[in-house]
Amino acid sequence: MGGSKMDIRTSVSTTKMSRTKMALLALAGLAVVFVPVVFQGMGQIFMVRIMAVIGLYVMLALGLNIVVGYAGLLDLGYIAFYAMGAYVGILSAEVISHVWPALAPFSYFISLPIAALAAAATGIALGTPVLRLRGDYLAIVTLGFGEIVRIVITNDAGGLTNGAAGLPRAGQMITSPFGLQWLIDNARFTGFGLDFAFSNNLYWYFIIVLLCCLTVFVVRRLDDSRLGRSWVAMREDEVAAASVGINITVAKLWAFSLGALWGGVAGVTFANFQQFVSPESFTFMESVFIVCIIVLGGMGSIPGAILGAIIIQGVPELIRGLANSGIVKLTAEQASLIGNYRFLVFGLLMVVMMANRPQGFLPSKRRAMELAPEDEKVLAEENQSLYDVEHQTETSDHDL
Amino acid sequence: MLKVNDIHTFYGQIEALKGISLEVQEGEIVTLIGANGAGKSTTLKTISGALAPKHGSIEFEGGIISGMPIHKVTQKGVIQVPEGRRIFARMTVTENLEMGAFLRSDKDGIKDDMDRVFEMFPRLRERAGQKGGTLSGGEQQMLAMARGIMARPKLLMLDEPSMGLAPVIVELIFETIVELNKSGSTILLVEQNAAMALAIADRGYVLETGTIKLTGPGKDLLQNEEVRKAYLGET
Repeated sequence: MGGSKMDIRTSVSTTKMSRTKMALLALAGLAVVFVPVVFQGMGQIFMVRIMAVIGLYVMLALGLNIVVGYAGLLDLGYIAFYAMGAYVGILSAEVISHVWPALAPFSYFISLPIAALAAAATGIALGTPVLRLRGDYLAIVTLGFGEIVRIVITNDAGGLTNGAAGLPRAGQMITSPFGLQWLIDNARFTGFGLDFAFSNNLYWYFIIVLLCCLTVFVVRRLDDSRLGRSWVAMREDEVAAASVGINITVAKLWAFSLGALWGGVAGVTFANFQQFVSPESFTFMESVFIVCIIVLGGMGSIPGAILGAIIIQGVPELIRGLANSGIVKLTAEQASLIGNYRFLVFGLLMVVMMANRPQGFLPSKRRAMELAPEDEKVLAEENQSLYDVEHQTETSDHDL
Repeated sequence: MLKVNDIHTFYGQIEALKGISLEVQEGEIVTLIGANGAGKSTTLKTISGALAPKHGSIEFEGGIISGMPIHKVTQKGVIQVPEGRRIFARMTVTENLEMGAFLRSDKDGIKDDMDRVFEMFPRLRERAGQKGGTLSGGEQQMLAMARGIMARPKLLMLDEPSMGLAPVIVELIFETIVELNKSGSTILLVEQNAAMALAIADRGYVLETGTIKLTGPGKDLLQNEEVRKAYLGET
């Protein structure tokens, strides 16, 4: 065979973290905890809110990553699970508050698993009929599913969702969660030029951060698990995966339901954080944004999802927020104009990315192997020598 | 060990198998030969669960396996090395082999078997860290077989292992099949290369348009005039 063969060694198995990496991680951890506290102290509440929103999208991106990045099933209706989580969360919290008023402050924490399971069940409901579909067909069906869920909600399904007016209904409120009032009353200090008082936003921000940590933990474990390996195999070749004993049906349904579960968790948290949900929050564009986050950050990669969420959700919000707060001298119209131009900018960004770095900014090692352009070259080279082997048998100077 | 009773398999309206019955005893090499479209691969796919027979049944070690999905058949120990190899192109050779042992949890046994297949195919050891897709055709076929072996098959089914390979490599593959058989594996082999397949097989079945036309010991079939005319290119 040709002499110019590259020996591509791969090290997909997890390596131990280096010291610098640990230090960076610790630094990031400190920033995640203290930066919002400082912003809160400075009175820049919008920054806290933006960070919370980014956190929600990190969760969504990591959830969708299970479906798209790990299992290789393109889901364009992911926002439906977010919606499911939000509505089931609010409605179940309402029921809890009515039936057991004493539990009202805990209603979020009780409705969290309910909403998550409801979303997971929706995931299975979507997953079952589309088991045979792949690629573009799957994308179209999931897109339709996302729209159906939104339209059903807009049409006040069963008198539950209150249509376009959203939940909670006028005159009703989401009960303030356990501990919030105590924190607002007690967690305050002045000094270092800050006037810190705990707030609703900070409360939800920290809940979101905790949930993000949980998501990262679970997703990492999944990646290393048997299920994770069966997803990799399935993504490559379903028939071969089945022939080594992987139950494709089960593997796909796990992907759909686990992905949907995190969508639901993010949804119920979003609803409580916003204190309000309406179908407007669950448009097709939102699904597209989440897919963009994954593609931009790097499929199947946890740091990629975080970076992607910061870029896609954080930057436009930041510009809008800075304008609203008067830090940057922009009128409200100019700020919202910038917000609208983000579609253009992101579209362009995606095109450039696909052309130059299809594996995303921070790809997972395995995905980088699959998509790195230099690999295609190697593949082409190898195919060439394979051709030689199979067609120059007479000379038999090949070494195989 | 394996008993196929009068199976009829359809592709839509087309009856690809019109009543195939065959048997594989433990320790045998059995080969299915026949022209293109005779139903060899369809038979294998029906046994492996990729296709379901409309009529008839397939028994393995006394239990019915017809109608089971592929992964269930694999769990029973019937492993197919599929046509066209179907290795995991983006996984390394080692990872491919690990996938082969997906259903096993005996770590030591897996390691032993890994050493065993590397001994069988030293070429794969050299390429252990390389991606499956970057291997040559022959190496990919070796990898596909090695992956099958990693599952500790009771019955290993090979679908056209010589397809598209250089004669030197084909010989190597056939030698390995014989070796595998000697070390205790039962093998069901589908081949276009009738001469080589019959030469190593204990018994053979000749398929023609979805039915079994002839059957007998491999050596006898090799001498059979009809077979020689139809499949070995003699006039």
